Amino acid sequence: MNGISRGDINCIQKNIYNRYSNIRIEKIKGKIFIFLCIVATLLGVISLVTLLVYVFWDATAWLNLEFLTNPPSRFPERAGIYPMLVGSIFLIPMVALYSIPLGVGAAIYLEEYARDSLIKRIIEINIANLAGVPSIVYGLLGLGFFVAALGMIHGTLIVGSLTLALRVLPIVIVSSQEAIASVPISHRFASFALGVRKWHMIRTVVLPEAIPGIMTGTILALASAMGETAPLIMIGAATTIFTAPRGILSSFSALPLQIFAWSDFPHREFQHGVAPATIVVLLLILLAMNGLAIFIRLKFSRKEH
Amino acid sequence: MKAFEVMDEKITGTEKTDEVSIILEVKNLDFYYGDHQALKNINMNIKRNRVTAIIGPSGCGKSTILRCINRMNDLIKNTRVEGEILFEGKNIYQKDVDPVQLRRYIGMVFQNPNPFPKSIFENVVYGPKMHGIRNREMLQKICMESLIRAALWDEVKDRLHKSALSLSGGQQQRLCIARAIAVEPEIILMDEPASSLDPIATNRIEDLIFELKSRYTVVIVTHNMQQAARIGDYTAFFLNGELIEYEETDSIFVNPKNEKTADYLRGKFG
Repeated sequence: MNGISRGDINCIQKNIYNRYSNIRIEKIKGKIFIFLCIVATLLGVISLVTLLVYVFWDATAWLNLEFLTNPPSRFPERAGIYPMLVGSIFLIPMVALYSIPLGVGAAIYLEEYARDSLIKRIIEINIANLAGVPSIVYGLLGLGFFVAALGMIHGTLIVGSLTLALRVLPIVIVSSQEAIASVPISHRFASFALGVRKWHMIRTVVLPEAIPGIMTGTILALASAMGETAPLIMIGAATTIFTAPRGILSSFSALPLQIFAWSDFPHREFQHGVAPATIVVLLLILLAMNGLAIFIRLKFSRKEH
Repeated sequence: MKAFEVMDEKITGTEKTDEVSIILEVKNLDFYYGDHQALKNINMNIKRNRVTAIIGPSGCGKSTILRCINRMNDLIKNTRVEGEILFEGKNIYQKDVDPVQLRRYIGMVFQNPNPFPKSIFENVVYGPKMHGIRNREMLQKICMESLIRAALWDEVKDRLHKSALSLSGGQQQRLCIARAIAVEPEIILMDEPASSLDPIATNRIEDLIFELKSRYTVVIVTHNMQQAARIGDYTAFFLNGELIEYEETDSIFVNPKNEKTADYLRGKFG
């Protein structure tokens, strides 16, 4: 005990005691924190489950093959969603066709080529903000640009899909940027050190490694576009239509528009049967798309290990 | 690109002569990261088909000089080079030299193994494919030869199409060496290639480097003095961006001329 006085030992003991009591308080705090997190999670899950049960309960009686293949009708028992279903399904590849090349191209430029300058940062902040702009504003933009300025016919599939492509473009860019940035710099250096040109490097190293991330982000963005209503109303898409679109210049309607229209019908059967059944169909499409996104992610991550 | 055309007449099978030719000449080289001068007036000649080891404490500029040789420093922003590096007599910092082309002749192996998340085969033939070889049989031949030369063939020959990430760290690093030699470089630069490996894997890499010098010139940065002593024909000691001493390995370790070198080798700092 050389050099340590009795006072020192008291002091050390006190410290140990204090620390011990702190641990007990910290443990209780930790438990409260976990409890709050669980409550937050449960609130979300419970409200979602309630909603789904409520919708499915109303929908089950109305879901059959005829519902999928009939055109809409004034009479609930004859009403179907065929034209809107076709419209929504047509929209998916068209929006993807416009938004993926533009979005991935912009992301490659921003991540791989653009110098880190004030302009680049301003562009990036703006893209992030654009992702949060209300979708009705994109509807206005589509109406003003494609219909008024370029003279396209309002309410057609091409105008609808171009407008929705603008809507998802910021999300596609941001998620592609994240996927590209997550490719390790050491892989880029390995490629450069072999005497490979930059665009070859991007094509053979960055893109193959980023594609799972790009695809999952893009599919989720497309799924959210499928649920959009306001921009389609703005560009003059019909709420109800009786024939399925035949080509990109046909006028069209989509599932969310029909849900909106039916929820306004006076008959109880529309509000508590036909509209919920349409919601279920829309939800199943979205679920399938999200499932595809998860599948792609799992498939690629398994390949790597 | 006259210098490069000459190099294409590949020197196969080294003639063991007493006179060792110089493949690379560093002349009055200064290097700056922004305002910080990382290399100060470096002059050194790298001999063909020899292993040159560069040692020195962290931050002495040993990795920087390595990255100057294949112009990987071009990829780092806000850097500046002054002076010359002559590769087979031609200054690689001359305006008409394409750094991408240059790196095909001066390969590099990095500190941490960095195979692509592709198959073993695809990793090895990545460079040759990028340089235009499409013939499948040719690529298979290149793959096999490169893996044999990198002393990895026996371990992977039955699973060439499995992911490279399924290999151990030491195997991954030998795969990276195979990938580097698949493009038939003249010089292979190695930046502490064994620092993340266990002693057995390190041993294998060192044996491999010894084998490689019959075909290639190797410049290796290492913070391990014993490693430099074991594999280096020549050893350069860097300190604070300056080349303090550059001699044959035997002479620098047994009889260092400079006091600072002697102190470092005795473990006084670093």
